[in-house]
Amino acid sequence: MPHALAARPLPIVIVGHVDHGKSTFVGRLLYETGSLPEGKLEAVKASSERRGMPFEWAFVLDAMQSERDQGVTIDTTQIRFRSKLRPYLIIDAPGHKEFLKNMVTGAAKAEAALLVIDAQEGAQEQSRRHGYLLHLLGIREVAVLVNKMDLVGYSAERFGAVAEDFRAYLADLGVEPKAIVPISAREGDNLTRHSPRMPWYQGPSVLEVLDSFPYAALPVDRPLRMPVQDVYKFDQRRIIAGRLESGRLQVGDRVLFSPSNKTARIKTIEAWHVPEPPAEAVAGQSIGITLDEPIFVERGEIMSHESDPPLLTNVFKARIFWLGERPLVIGANYKLKLATTEATVVVEAIEKAIDTAELRPLPPEAIPRNAAGEVVLRSKRILALDEYRSNPRTGRFVLVEDFIPVGGGTISMEGYPDQRQLLTVRASNLTAVGHAVSRAARAARNGHKGGVLWFTGLSGAGKSTLALALERELFAKGYHVYVLDGDNIRGGLCRDLGFSPEDRAENIRRVGEVAALFADAGFIAISSFISPYRSDRQRAREAAGENFHEIYVKADLAVCEQRDPKGLYKRARKGEIKDFTGISAPYEPPENPELVVPTDELGLEDCIALLLRYVEEHFRL
Amino acid sequence: MDHLDALEAESIYILREAKAKLDRLAILWSLGKDSNVVIWLCKKAFFGHVPFPVLHIDTGKKFPEMYAFRDRYAKEWGLSFIREECPPLEATDPTLPPAARSAARKTLGLKAALAKYGFEGLILGIRRDEEAIRAKERIFSPRDESGQWQLKDQPPEFWDHFMTSFPKGTHVRVHPILNWTELDVWKYTRREGIPVIELYFAKDGKRYRSLGDQDITFPVPSTADTLDAIIAELESTKIPERAGRAMDHEAEDSFERLRRAGYM
Ligand SMILES: Nc1nc2c(ncn2[C@@H]2O[C@H](COP(=O)(O)OP(=O)(O)OP(=O)(O)O)[C@@H](O)[C@H]2O)c(=O)[nH]1
Ligand SMILES: [Mg+2]
Repeated sequence: MPHALAARPLPIVIVGHVDHGKSTFVGRLLYETGSLPEGKLEAVKASSERRGMPFEWAFVLDAMQSERDQGVTIDTTQIRFRSKLRPYLIIDAPGHKEFLKNMVTGAAKAEAALLVIDAQEGAQEQSRRHGYLLHLLGIREVAVLVNKMDLVGYSAERFGAVAEDFRAYLADLGVEPKAIVPISAREGDNLTRHSPRMPWYQGPSVLEVLDSFPYAALPVDRPLRMPVQDVYKFDQRRIIAGRLESGRLQVGDRVLFSPSNKTARIKTIEAWHVPEPPAEAVAGQSIGITLDEPIFVERGEIMSHESDPPLLTNVFKARIFWLGERPLVIGANYKLKLATTEATVVVEAIEKAIDTAELRPLPPEAIPRNAAGEVVLRSKRILALDEYRSNPRTGRFVLVEDFIPVGGGTISMEGYPDQRQLLTVRASNLTAVGHAVSRAARAARNGHKGGVLWFTGLSGAGKSTLALALERELFAKGYHVYVLDGDNIRGGLCRDLGFSPEDRAENIRRVGEVAALFADAGFIAISSFISPYRSDRQRAREAAGENFHEIYVKADLAVCEQRDPKGLYKRARKGEIKDFTGISAPYEPPENPELVVPTDELGLEDCIALLLRYVEEHFRL
Repeated sequence: MDHLDALEAESIYILREAKAKLDRLAILWSLGKDSNVVIWLCKKAFFGHVPFPVLHIDTGKKFPEMYAFRDRYAKEWGLSFIREECPPLEATDPTLPPAARSAARKTLGLKAALAKYGFEGLILGIRRDEEAIRAKERIFSPRDESGQWQLKDQPPEFWDHFMTSFPKGTHVRVHPILNWTELDVWKYTRREGIPVIELYFAKDGKRYRSLGDQDITFPVPSTADTLDAIIAELESTKIPERAGRAMDHEAEDSFERLRRAGYM
């Protein structure tokens, strides 16, 4: 017999400052809607009396002995109830600052929120902090309940003042509340119907507000993402298991696994105890698949279609919230969990630290407990991920320290390139032409080895000056040497490229390849580019194969900015140049350069002498 | 996807996380409707297989129907079945009320089994809607060296990232159907055709809503003698599920004390 499909309960979180009446509201709402089980009222009454308190609605939710003894919610709880329209999952969150991690635990699964504010006290620290966190957690459907109206004589004026103050705060966050409702949770005013005690209020009751929240749509129309959860070998089948976080999938689809970059076709979608094997799957389902080719795939990879894959990168920006006892600091390592992958990441920079209760900037040395901020994280290996705005479920992560989750964040790639293009070898059907003339033969004829001197450093650090001077000196000594720099590369080879992060990365990739060819031809190629990203320089090193020398032309940002030979820093500071390295785009200094030339400490002559000595030592036969 | 599909998908995800991240895992099989659903979900998650040992902590006081069910389905479902006995009542905390004390035998039996087999994790079919203390549980819920639940200091758990690694000596409870309700369990049981112990169906105007030890579990008035009737009854009833469990009603804090000490 077919049965009606069960409607999904809409998850709603109740947040706000400690003691403003969240749990009381939930208890009373359940009562008003006839949702309390038999015997509950009597139990709550007995429990209140035992503690010498008047009837405490909050005890419906606050079940721990210490919660009742102290009159405070410690941990989040969930309870179902239904309106005439549909079922709900009500998540009660604690308001005390100490238990913010529990508030996050509850709020993270909500699709809408009610923020409760005490009419007498007005918005307090956690009212604002919770408002901020809702925003960070991606909850856009918010309504405000101004509670304890009985304590302010049901005053329209007081309500207006509290409501306007908080509306302004939310506006700063870019949040527009769906409604602001004056209530008395304890007395039941305006919960399910209009209260005669507030005739001046014309808006909806809380129940009407709840019923007006939309369900969040499952992301079926976004690009396919299935993080691989596990690979099983059952009954001769190799089944790749995972949950579709977004998109849809059909038998026969060609899929790509990232970051390993392997492809295959979906042979079957496996399922147990179903009338017939499924031909397709959609976002939200936990499934298993088999492939037409026995490629090696592991937990942590993300399966997508070839046409719309996730980004590949080992460095990204994130907006994070921090729950750890110890503050987040630059240089610290954490375990990152993103979809089903885990990686060690290091905090490379803290760009902003924010006190979420006051929306006030904090010194960017550390992000303390319960604060938020913007950071740059780097992992040792390449990760497959998305930007949060394009795919929340593969664009957010948790940080773990000493086994405990201590923070969460959402990813932005602003200023960082997708490394996929650069990592993918597209012309894999070419075979290298075997040269009849060996490297050794060329070196013997020239009297020196070929190789690459890769200069990297900030604009104004002195790369070009040094490169040209060194070229002159080496040429005079009989070296075969050639400088690659912006002037001879940008005008021709890379004429088609602009200055976006992707184009810059591609520019550097080409320079790396050309430098490698020069080196192979027996030359010393000196490349003189800012080349701010480690990953790009690493690829140039791999292209050259051997005899690659990373030379860090080093000068402090302040020194470079003062030199400012082309007036670029000034313009960048004014915002006239976008993505300017050191100002509005990152520079990642080399970790282990073969040579450091500190142009802010040595004069030009000494720098050249240092370089000449280095070349004589490493290139002369 | 309807609500049951969504619950099923979430539970499968949890079970697969547990399998991927934890080494020595077992399922606790109490023979009731909830743990049967958990075993069923395992078969869904692992394509007809139950890749963990299935542990029954036997108080020796279950109903004969339950033992018959156990013996039949342990075979039919191809379970790798382990039975462990509970210590006598005298071994439990004497300050607990009598029914709670009786329930506490199970905690001791469980702890002994954990030590004996060295399980790192236990999969349990508890649900939030059963009891207000359980409502505060985590999906992956650590127990410290002494088996205690640190209810006042649980780790954060969000965005489906569970606590899957632990300091030495800790073990973890995994709760794949924590977010289900009693009604969800029955609707799923009906949809999937999962076998059910007949004690749940009304006989002579009474049925069991929750099955525990014979001496501390009582039937409730009901005429529901089919799955459809049970579901219809639950859609309208206001009687809580555990009304027939004596241990829950002896003192306000009984259940919390039991659970802190390691009760399921
Ligand atoms: N007069 C009056 N008192 C209220 C009202 N709502 C709640 N209270 C009282 O305010 C106190 C705190 O209420 P709770 O519901 O526990 O507050 P909470 O927001 O859940 O607190 P935490 O969860 O600890 O953050 C209790 O003593 C309630 O009885 C109301 O509408 N009017
Ligand atoms: Mg509360």
